[in-house]
Amino acid sequence: MSVTIKEVEHIAKLAKLSFNKDEMDLFTKQLNEILNYVEKLNKLDTTNVEPLSQVIELANVFRGDTVGKTISTKEALKNSPSQMEPYFKVPKVIN
Amino acid sequence: MELKYETIIGLEVHCQLLTKTKAFCSCPTTFGSLPNSNVCPICLGMPGVLPVLNKQIVDFTILMGLATNCTISNKSIFARKNYFYPDLPKGYQISQFENPICSKGFIEIELENNSTKIIGITRIHMEEDAGKSIHDLDIDTLVDVNRCGVPLIEIVSEPEMRSSKEAFKYLSAIKQIVTYLGICDGNMEEGSLRCDANVSVRKIGENNFRTKTEVKNMNSFRNVERALEFEIERQINLYEKGESVIHQTLLWDANKNVAIPMRSKEDAHDYRYFPDPDLVKVEVDEKWINEIKKTIPELPSKKLKRFITEFSLPKYDSEVLTTERDVAEYFEETIKNLNLKNPETFKLASNWIMTELLRVIKEEKVSIRLLKVLPINLAELIDAISNGKISGKIAKDIFAEMLLRGEKPDVIINKKGLIQLSDESEIEKIITKILDENPEVVVKFREGKKQLIGFFVGEVMKLTSGKANPKIVNQILLKKLNNAN
Ligand SMILES: [Zn+2]
Repeated sequence: MSVTIKEVEHIAKLAKLSFNKDEMDLFTKQLNEILNYVEKLNKLDTTNVEPLSQVIELANVFRGDTVGKTISTKEALKNSPSQMEPYFKVPKVIN
Repeated sequence: MELKYETIIGLEVHCQLLTKTKAFCSCPTTFGSLPNSNVCPICLGMPGVLPVLNKQIVDFTILMGLATNCTISNKSIFARKNYFYPDLPKGYQISQFENPICSKGFIEIELENNSTKIIGITRIHMEEDAGKSIHDLDIDTLVDVNRCGVPLIEIVSEPEMRSSKEAFKYLSAIKQIVTYLGICDGNMEEGSLRCDANVSVRKIGENNFRTKTEVKNMNSFRNVERALEFEIERQINLYEKGESVIHQTLLWDANKNVAIPMRSKEDAHDYRYFPDPDLVKVEVDEKWINEIKKTIPELPSKKLKRFITEFSLPKYDSEVLTTERDVAEYFEETIKNLNLKNPETFKLASNWIMTELLRVIKEEKVSIRLLKVLPINLAELIDAISNGKISGKIAKDIFAEMLLRGEKPDVIINKKGLIQLSDESEIEKIITKILDENPEVVVKFREGKKQLIGFFVGEVMKLTSGKANPKIVNQILLKKLNNAN
């Protein structure tokens, strides 16, 4: 299994990241190294093994439908780079 | 031209669940709170927090699954649906992908010609809502995350609807079921019920589906039908011109009555789902399913049939009365409180609810349960009409009083002296007086102007303030007028 530079570009785009040509080459190479390493797992026969989605063998951890504590709007906005109380402010996403 | 084509529609319906708290944190779901006030580190997507599932959501989803004949999965998991948008602070939406909790169900819809059709339900899964973006400013977008994490179910149908009308019927049926179950308020205008459609057309006789488009932003029932009709026609026109349909998402513009293509984002559908490692699996056993089965109320389609057989109501009445569970229960409570129970009084109760009460709740936009007229009092009013104590006309005045002050009809009748005048000798005395005072009208009547009876009835009502029993008035009038002595 290996990834092409096109796929790395696609993943970068989905993650809203942009890289120059050298970085792209580097990441493609590094990602392939990681994939090749993980490839070893394919040697195991998993024919009758159910995929595991959780490493903790727990099920049905619930909360009741009771209202708990919230934080204030001021606190909520505190870590954001831009705000217009009581809103978060971000660059315009549609025209 | 359109007869050559057949339409294929599948719907994805999102319902906001009526829980007190969000899906994975204990923030309230209150609608209309100040922006960014129903928030906590979990729904704000802060690093290192741990979502914990609200059990009520699982109960509600199983309930919906059972009501729509689904198979309930004994093991289901949550997945992350990844995409970047400012109103999604975590960068992913918690949803279900593989192993949704409900699958392979169906509902029955009724078609125009009284036949029914089964529409398959592919799956129902649990997920969380995103926040709200406000694009009103010129240069910035504002974000309110109050709605982030509010629980939703998504109900995905099979592509089995063949017209916009069928899609409308299906959507109405889904709304009726969720509101009957009390798991969603079903309000499309406020966004607690949302609907996206997958639409394609093909020549009749073709076996394969052609390219479909997705229509979104239809925020009322009327818009759904209109938007679908628009899109069906657009696709047919393209094929007729020899062009092809492009796979794309269109947004319905209710003001211009057109569906506008969304700017194409070729990677928009690359959601890279993977199991959410923060949430453990949900296991549902027979015992749990049986407990929920016990709480399923009588569903609308069954209630409709029962109203027709049990109360001898016309189908139309039964449909109107069972559209909303509250109204249906109001009707049944009224019936239960009637002294005189027969098909006529049942129909009378139906008429009063359909014309008077439904008019008021529509005008004032309130639930029937909030009206000051209680079912027990409506029953008393109907009894008073059917046993001749008051006339139907007077009943309307009494009803208006009941609406205002919630008083019992008997109290109003006694207070205002509105008891119907049925004493024949007294009515006869009044009629004799009127005939004596209007000899020329009597002559005209006897010469053949029979419609003048209305004049005399009117006079009697004037003198008795509308209290005279119209049946008796008519009888005596005719007897006297037709006796040419
Ligand atoms: Zn929260």
